[in-house]
Amino acid sequence: MEALETLGRHYNYVVTIFLMVAGLYIVVARGNMVKKLVGLSIFQTSVYLLYIAPGKIVGGTAPILDPAYKIYSNPLPHVLILTAIVVGVATLALGLALVVRINESYGTIEEDEIFAKDDEQ
Amino acid sequence: MSLDLILRIGTKLILPFILMFALYVQFHGDYGPGGGFQAGVIAAGMVILIAITFGMSAAKRVAPQAVVERMVPLGVLVFAGTGVVGLLLGKNFLDYSVLGHDPVHAREWGILLVELGVLITVSGTMTALFYAFVERGR
Amino acid sequence: MALLTLLAVATIAIVRQRSLFGVVILAGIYSFLMASLLIALDAVDVAMTEASVGAGISTVLLLATLHLVKATEMRPIHANWVPLLVALVVGGILVWGTISLPPFGVADTAVHQHVAPYYLSRSIPETGVPNVVTSVLADYRGYDTLGETTVIFTAGIGVMLLLRGMRRRDDNDRGDAA
Repeated sequence: MEALETLGRHYNYVVTIFLMVAGLYIVVARGNMVKKLVGLSIFQTSVYLLYIAPGKIVGGTAPILDPAYKIYSNPLPHVLILTAIVVGVATLALGLALVVRINESYGTIEEDEIFAKDDEQ
Repeated sequence: MSLDLILRIGTKLILPFILMFALYVQFHGDYGPGGGFQAGVIAAGMVILIAITFGMSAAKRVAPQAVVERMVPLGVLVFAGTGVVGLLLGKNFLDYSVLGHDPVHAREWGILLVELGVLITVSGTMTALFYAFVERGR
Repeated sequence: MALLTLLAVATIAIVRQRSLFGVVILAGIYSFLMASLLIALDAVDVAMTEASVGAGISTVLLLATLHLVKATEMRPIHANWVPLLVALVVGGILVWGTISLPPFGVADTAVHQHVAPYYLSRSIPETGVPNVVTSVLADYRGYDTLGETTVIFTAGIGVMLLLRGMRRRDDNDRGDAA
């Protein structure tokens, strides 16, 4: 069946989109700040998949030049995603530092309780 | 015999190999997978392992707080300095081909210097992040 | 591939999990699965970085935060339908957008045509470095790497400013003034 064949060839895109949507759902729908940050990092890793999967050539090898191989996977997405991974961990570290300070100020890390405390003042 | 004796002896055995692996990944980044970022994180992982197994004072003997804090901007300085050297010698910013006797070797030297800068900043930052999070709780 | 399905299962587990410690451990498992998947996709530098950074530093920082924040469990999850609907609509639009993308693993798509053969053919004659990712990262696109190093530097300075402020009880003359 053609739909299943297309699904099989595009399976990596389907899983990428599922991870992206799941990360987005965690960020929007859950109130706990640490879980929101974990959801954000899931969203970022799905973008890495989105960039690297089209660069792979079946029958090729890693982009390290060697006389024994002729076909190499595309090195350009690897460079961009290397930068993106490190920027992601930098963002996570700053976010977690902010969560620690918020907890010291408000006593909680749940979003609803923080809004309630802000409304009281 | 306490239960963490195995952990302490095992960690003591494996720590020099972690540091050696980090330096291997750094310097063989030209010929295999690797480079500055991976090496920096592995080196910071060694300090974190010392802190987890033996306590913060042992970790601060290996990597003192002041040294780690100075390492964070030093790597960026090394990187930008390599670029400015290219500027001062008459070519563009971050042009490595003027650093040596012929362009191919000069670019290899430039890549090594730049990866060294990245190693210093990344390992310093990851260790400083860990120290900052742990010190907050005391 | 099976790894992709395992990733999806791990993500569903993270969405439903209520204990924060379980969420951190599942995030570490997710990072390792992602690193294995990246090896299967021939991205060896990226896999090493993702394994060390995602499963190493991220897990350590999350555990340190959980220790400082002293929260162990989320509040009971009340089902909200609006975010789920928005998520499904966004997912549907994205699936519709990626249907006409090239299939997996083919060698003559537009991605492989212009810039990649340029770098692959010129890396050894011009720089003498066989690892094309390192030569592109440090030489051909060195300016981006300078920006990235500055981002790491900024994150380190930012966290030190946030978390090493007035709570220090020992001598204040060590280190730069925050």
